[in-house]
Amino acid sequence: MSKAEIKSPLPGMFYRRPSPDSAPFKNDGDSVSAADVIGVVEVMKSFHEVTAGIDGKAIRFLVDDADAVMAGQALAEVEA
Amino acid sequence: MTIHSVLIANRGEIAVRIIRAAKALGLRTVQVHSQADAGSLAVQLADEAIDIGPPAAKKSYLNVEAVIAAAKAAKVDAVHPGYGFLSENADFAQAVVAAGMKFVGPDAAAIRLLGDKVAARQVAAKAGVPTVPGSDGRVSDIAEAAAIVSRIGLPVMIKAAAGGGGRGIRIAHTLEEFERHFPQASAEAAAAFGDGGLYIEKVIEKARHIEVQILGDGKNFVHCFERECSLQRRRQKVWEEAPAVGLPAEVRKSLCDSAVALARSVGYSGAGTVEYLYDDVSRDFYFIEVNTRIQVEHPVTEMISGLDLVQEMLRIAGGQPLSVRQEDISITGHAIECRINAEDPYKGFMPGPGTVEALSVPEGEGIRFDTMLFAGYAVPPFYDSLLGKLIVHGADRVACLAKLRTALAGLKITGIPTTVPLHEALAADADVAAGRFHTRFLEDWLETKFAASPSGAREVA
Repeated sequence: MSKAEIKSPLPGMFYRRPSPDSAPFKNDGDSVSAADVIGVVEVMKSFHEVTAGIDGKAIRFLVDDADAVMAGQALAEVEA
Repeated sequence: MTIHSVLIANRGEIAVRIIRAAKALGLRTVQVHSQADAGSLAVQLADEAIDIGPPAAKKSYLNVEAVIAAAKAAKVDAVHPGYGFLSENADFAQAVVAAGMKFVGPDAAAIRLLGDKVAARQVAAKAGVPTVPGSDGRVSDIAEAAAIVSRIGLPVMIKAAAGGGGRGIRIAHTLEEFERHFPQASAEAAAAFGDGGLYIEKVIEKARHIEVQILGDGKNFVHCFERECSLQRRRQKVWEEAPAVGLPAEVRKSLCDSAVALARSVGYSGAGTVEYLYDDVSRDFYFIEVNTRIQVEHPVTEMISGLDLVQEMLRIAGGQPLSVRQEDISITGHAIECRINAEDPYKGFMPGPGTVEALSVPEGEGIRFDTMLFAGYAVPPFYDSLLGKLIVHGADRVACLAKLRTALAGLKITGIPTTVPLHEALAADADVAAGRFHTRFLEDWLETKFAASPSGAREVA
């Protein structure tokens, strides 16, 4: 069983939900396909979607909603 | 003056600007900061610094309890909110006063009244200030709204009563579009601002954005002439000037007098800005809104008037009367401000936080750079992208533009992308030089001229 990391393309604030009152894009254990949005990074008041980039059976988040992240930091791992 | 110390409830270049003004008046300065700003220039310059929480603004600069607790702990006499963050939050102004300190700005009641777009429009109309044709107040019923639209004509803007700063606005060109947008806009406003109230205004096509700087001490009210802020991208100002280009003297007088009338009608105290749309062809101006804070672009007014608006705000908060009468204020020459943002103009203005490797700032008579940058500073990703403002003053607009081109060539910021190349292109543009612009000019220009330029095309490819 191999694991792949989904990394943040940008530094900023990572959000797991499209808006504060919405459900998360993905929950731990959900399956993902490459084009799925798994979160957004807010950088300097502009929002950028993060896609999974890989198909996988189960996603596990490594950072919480509204955590500060650095560019290249692992946001989640996916079981291929 | 009744105040001897001030807490700066902001960050970035405006925090640096406020510290300098406060020090010039001999005040003790206390800078609050998030954990991401512990190494900022404002923290270095202030007499004291207090950590108020994590990087996210919601947990630090927007956290009323944390800011008030810091102000109490530092035993300051006053709090300056800068712009953005808590600057136009009436509850915050009230909490500062309840804690026994002065709020540097108008009182909570004035912030609340003028911050409600519908109420502000009614205040303006009552003071004799022309308003954009539209609804007299909030409209909740779509049939009533449609009747207003057929009276004033299309296109119209549907605006959130609680919105501002360009947020919560939709434009409808047809009645069908209007009927589709209206319920959506109400739901969106309710979600974004906790208030679904809407109002309707006619769209003034090819309008210019002109605003008047006002000062009041509760008894006396003056204007410091106008600024032109027509060059905007996504409703955010990019380049500002004072005075407005080619404004006839009699229009200037009635425009500025109307702003003073509005200030007087509410007994305004502090610095404020009355924003207008101006129609070049008909020479009509229309009230948009009042901003009850210091504005980003205040330096162009300082350059042409010789006033220090931030010092004046602090003196007013300290209980002093206005230091100037209307007849003491006049326009000398012309000033232009360029907002330098950490964005890549060749890549769709993608923000680019990071470390400034080297910084070289132009100097000379009539050149000013308001900034929080220094070589080695890491620009954090958590806040807006404004790095600094290059302000240039010349004997007239032609001389000012020439000096601006030289100053821009001398401004070197390496390590992060900046909007300096955008300003260099604007400063060299024939339409900009001729003053042929309106609020939609820049977005068209970016598509047709900037992206199409050799350097733009190369970088985009």
